Amino acid sequence: MGKTIAEKIFDAHMVDSPEEGTFVLNLDRVFCHEITTPIAINDLVSRGMDRVFDPDKIKAVIDHVTPAKDSKTAEQGKIMRDWARRHGIKDFFDIGENGVCHAIFPEKGFVRPGFTVIMGDSHTCTHGAFGAFAAGVGTTDLEVGILKGVCSFKTPESIKINVTGALKEGVYAKDVILSIISKIGVNGATNKVIEFCGPVIESFSMEERMTICNMAIEAGGTCGICPPDQTTVDYLWDFIKEDYSDKTAALADYSKWNSDADASYAEVIEFDVSELEPVVTYGFKPDQVKTIKEMEKTPVDQVYIGSCTNGRIEDLREAAKVLKDQKVADSVRVVLSPATPAIFKQALKEGLIDIFMDAGVCLTNPTCGACLGMSNGVLADGEVCASTTNRNFNGRMGKGGTVHLMSPASAAAAAVSGYITNSALYKG
Amino acid sequence: MSAVKDFNGKVLFLDRSDINTDEIIPAKYLTEITKEALKPNLLEDLSMEGFNPATDLEDKSVIITRSNFGCGSSREHAPWALEVNDINLVIAENFARIFRQNMYNCGMMAVEMSKEDIDTLFSEFSSEEATLTTDLEGGSFTIESVSGKSKTLKFAISGFDRTLVDHGGWVGYADKKY
Ligand code: SF4
Repeated sequence: MGKTIAEKIFDAHMVDSPEEGTFVLNLDRVFCHEITTPIAINDLVSRGMDRVFDPDKIKAVIDHVTPAKDSKTAEQGKIMRDWARRHGIKDFFDIGENGVCHAIFPEKGFVRPGFTVIMGDSHTCTHGAFGAFAAGVGTTDLEVGILKGVCSFKTPESIKINVTGALKEGVYAKDVILSIISKIGVNGATNKVIEFCGPVIESFSMEERMTICNMAIEAGGTCGICPPDQTTVDYLWDFIKEDYSDKTAALADYSKWNSDADASYAEVIEFDVSELEPVVTYGFKPDQVKTIKEMEKTPVDQVYIGSCTNGRIEDLREAAKVLKDQKVADSVRVVLSPATPAIFKQALKEGLIDIFMDAGVCLTNPTCGACLGMSNGVLADGEVCASTTNRNFNGRMGKGGTVHLMSPASAAAAAVSGYITNSALYKG
Repeated sequence: MSAVKDFNGKVLFLDRSDINTDEIIPAKYLTEITKEALKPNLLEDLSMEGFNPATDLEDKSVIITRSNFGCGSSREHAPWALEVNDINLVIAENFARIFRQNMYNCGMMAVEMSKEDIDTLFSEFSSEEATLTTDLEGGSFTIESVSGKSKTLKFAISGFDRTLVDHGGWVGYADKKY
């Protein structure tokens, strides 16, 4: 019987199996941010166990609230900073160098095919785009990860989603993943790995694959995984060129992290994207999805473009195409946060920042900020936001606020019109 | 080694599926660096008709709910907010993976029961005050209502989850073992 990517990664990292179906794995990466890590650090200190298993495998960032907005968030940052210094964690990204965790860590080349990754953040599933097993965990799992470099998981059953067909103009990776979630439901992949494959995924850039894997958790998935291929090698090449004679050798090595043809799956889903329209969520669950047409003319108060789902350079380019030579409607305010400093710089170089500023967009530094309603764009009671993020939960961006999830192009169209509408209307 | 937690007490029935961790404890409280500070804000943003966190949580120690409880954010603040309110046991049809793991990692219990059992608990006990007692060794819950109705139902948790409950969580166990 063949094996899935996830099963192969489990085999290669197994430390212990305390009971049937439970595996303790060693970890290649433990990622940390300032919301869930400080309590773990404090707990380790209070237990007299203030140690780290390997400072080179731990990567840390301050991203959720940065710069600090009050003395409590300042304290969280301080705990992280002091801890990183104390333990010689070199890859620690603080103000001036920091960005949204699931954008900055891949950009730095920290994730490789076959890796095991945990972080105290549910969207850690994003890193599966590289053919890694990457899972969000709570603070206790994170604490043990920091201390011992291990984490326990149940048997990784996989659901394979074979994405085929051709995307229509104006339909993006975000529309694909929202449609998939609406099909399988918020609980459809609980305790499972979602393997995204097929010609559409193969044609996607690493950025698009990250958008897809990012939302695996919104279907309950432990991790999303894309099989590593030439696109993966090209993206990582600068970081791995010392390790391989050429790209062909790297690809040959990475191909060991492909599922076998006779691997067994909990479910195989065929998903044809040819008829997909641009979509948007309604209500308070990410599987509540309608076409933009059905939601056309729903007024919005705020537009938010950014986050670990859609704050990357390709997303900014799509938003800029819509916003070029346009003005933000009087009835809305637009907040845009490039997900990392490198993305911000690239957008500046390409003239995208000019386009945004001329349109009347408010640019913020790279941060999670508004995505989870903590800073930089919190909604008031009763307000509506068109957002490129990943969660439309009740109160997510501010108590009493409503969030409609959509692609960057659709969000930009809402910025220009003041309501949910088809982005094609604004493309010159 | 921490003591095994208490899994007995008055029941809070939450008749809704997909209750997410933003509803259990909103993100704005994630700036707290002690568990105790989360106490007043448990289930503050739960959208469920007729639910009032200010009065409905009082004295409750057990939650019985529907399916996919704890979905969304990985925040362990969700189990902590329950823990500091003396709620160490949640019973549901099923749970989001991270939340479930977080519960056992804290030495708390997230117990899955069949849809039929959950339906029974709701239909027979949710309309009046009910108290649940846990027989960990025997693997059963007994629920009693003030009007004198009583029922005992079997439950099963895995050996490893039980180990975590016995050790009061994962940190102490893992440090010794790995
Ligand atoms: S951008 Fe939003 S979803 Fe992504 S890590 Fe930050 S808070 Fe979480």
